[in-house]
Amino acid sequence: MKQLTEIRWHGRGGQGAKTAALLLADVAFSTGMYVQGFPEYGPERMGAPITAYNRLSDQEVRVHSNIYYPDYVVVVDETLLESVDVTAGLKKEGAIIVNTPKSADEIRPLLKGYEGKVVTVDARKISVEALGRYFPNSPMLAAVVKVSGIMDEQKFLDEMEASYKHKFAHKPQVIEGNMNALKMTFAEVE
Amino acid sequence: MSIRERLSGNEAIATAMRQVCADVMPAYPITPSTELPQYFSSFVANGETDTIFVPVESEHSAMSACIGSEAAGARTMSATSSCGLAFMWEMLYVAASNRLPIALAVVNRALSGPININCDHSDAMGARDAGWIQIFAETNQEAYDNFVQAYRIAEHPDVKLPIMICQDGFITSHGVQNIELLEDDVVKNFVGEYYPESWLLNPEHPEAVGPYTNPPYYMEAKYGQLQGLINAKKVALEVAKEFKEISGREYGLFEEYRMEDADYVMVMMGSAAGTCKDTVDMLREEGIKAGLLKIRMFRPFPGEEIAEALKGAKVIACMDRTESYNSQDGPIGADVKAALFNAGMAPKVLNYVYGLAGRDVTVESLASVFEDMKTVDETGEIGDTYRYLDLRG
Repeated sequence: MKQLTEIRWHGRGGQGAKTAALLLADVAFSTGMYVQGFPEYGPERMGAPITAYNRLSDQEVRVHSNIYYPDYVVVVDETLLESVDVTAGLKKEGAIIVNTPKSADEIRPLLKGYEGKVVTVDARKISVEALGRYFPNSPMLAAVVKVSGIMDEQKFLDEMEASYKHKFAHKPQVIEGNMNALKMTFAEVE
Repeated sequence: MSIRERLSGNEAIATAMRQVCADVMPAYPITPSTELPQYFSSFVANGETDTIFVPVESEHSAMSACIGSEAAGARTMSATSSCGLAFMWEMLYVAASNRLPIALAVVNRALSGPININCDHSDAMGARDAGWIQIFAETNQEAYDNFVQAYRIAEHPDVKLPIMICQDGFITSHGVQNIELLEDDVVKNFVGEYYPESWLLNPEHPEAVGPYTNPPYYMEAKYGQLQGLINAKKVALEVAKEFKEISGREYGLFEEYRMEDADYVMVMMGSAAGTCKDTVDMLREEGIKAGLLKIRMFRPFPGEEIAEALKGAKVIACMDRTESYNSQDGPIGADVKAALFNAGMAPKVLNYVYGLAGRDVTVESLASVFEDMKTVDETGEIGDTYRYLDLRG
């Protein structure tokens, strides 16, 4: 039986939602999965709403369309809840993960009657505490991995550490902070 | 041993270019081209390839420099996309008529206007009659594999023609997906050294390249080009056979997916063929005998072979990702219908324009085309034969 997980990312241009989708594809690939990571391209501008996608599967992924019925939705910027129908097609057995200091109960009324699981992550607080700066990608990645259970958490941490070591070879001081952001998110997200 | 990787189509072709290691790469490295020449120029800057990278001031100059370089006897490649390919147009014909086996990586995107940057095949279709070999890919893997095979086809003494290796803009060019790469030395050995039969800078055999050709010679030159192009079919199959030995991956002039007993067959090329495979599987489970014929080599057009493969089909839907304004069919529709006619066949053929300028192509929309084919079969009424898929009301 084909196990396919489809994830849709909503962010604003410049916030790194596309990078996060590509990073998730990278780390899922490293754990042996078949992956797709792709953004929806339009007239890209800083601050404009953008969408990116992931398909993660134990078998080859052949379909090349956007994702209309995602298992999970990640909202990197909570101001998008007002302007974008982020829960469109989202399966109720799945979940939406929103970057916000608010609670899930406070966010749910903004989700147009979505019945599934609502998870909130205060990526700003985690990022500032762990890194001293606001980079929402690491917390949002850890949150989607934890909520979806698409891969073993320790395996995810190991792969991310290897990836950070490669990516930040010229500034190793940020590796620990990023790893802490991932671990703090794992501890905070239910 | 193949190398398991995940790359975008642009990264995949840049990697193939590094491994093929042609002598010269003239390219216009910014928009409308994609990141592809940028990735490749990093390999050059990092000393990972010996290719001479020539950043030029336009695509017209890029193709002109390709012609000069290839005519001088250097293996030459370039990359472009969309309006960049359109700007090469004049020189594409010169490259083909001088029988210069240049390899050009094309990322298929819409031509303006209206202004748009997303995927369709209008750029490659504009260059359709330039005399180049055109090969299309469904995935980043196929784009990579096709580029590795490109020079073996183009440089073959029976062919000697330039070749376009096409892939779908953004969908495969910017989408990251799994890929199996070959090792550097395996690619190098497969492609081999380039020994042109003649070259401009050969003092032993001085020659002119690209002179004015009077009417008594022009038609013969064109006929010669046509023979080279026709020979490319046979050569591409021979090269594919050898490629299978190093990669395990099989290529033909086209791919037949669940065609054995298919009543309804979709004919298309590019990334939507992957989506179509899922559609075919879904319909097969519902008992509908759906099939896919995915064109890999579009120029030369394997008409006889395609007609033969379509023999059992009750209804055929040709899918064109471009508009050619002849008001009755698109390029694939026209070629497939001509091939069927020449073979004395007259099945019912629908022709759809789809996915222009990045209009998303879903399993549901392709399933609706199979539904249409079924309706035509059951009612015997073909209705409008030239249709737009998912046109908004």
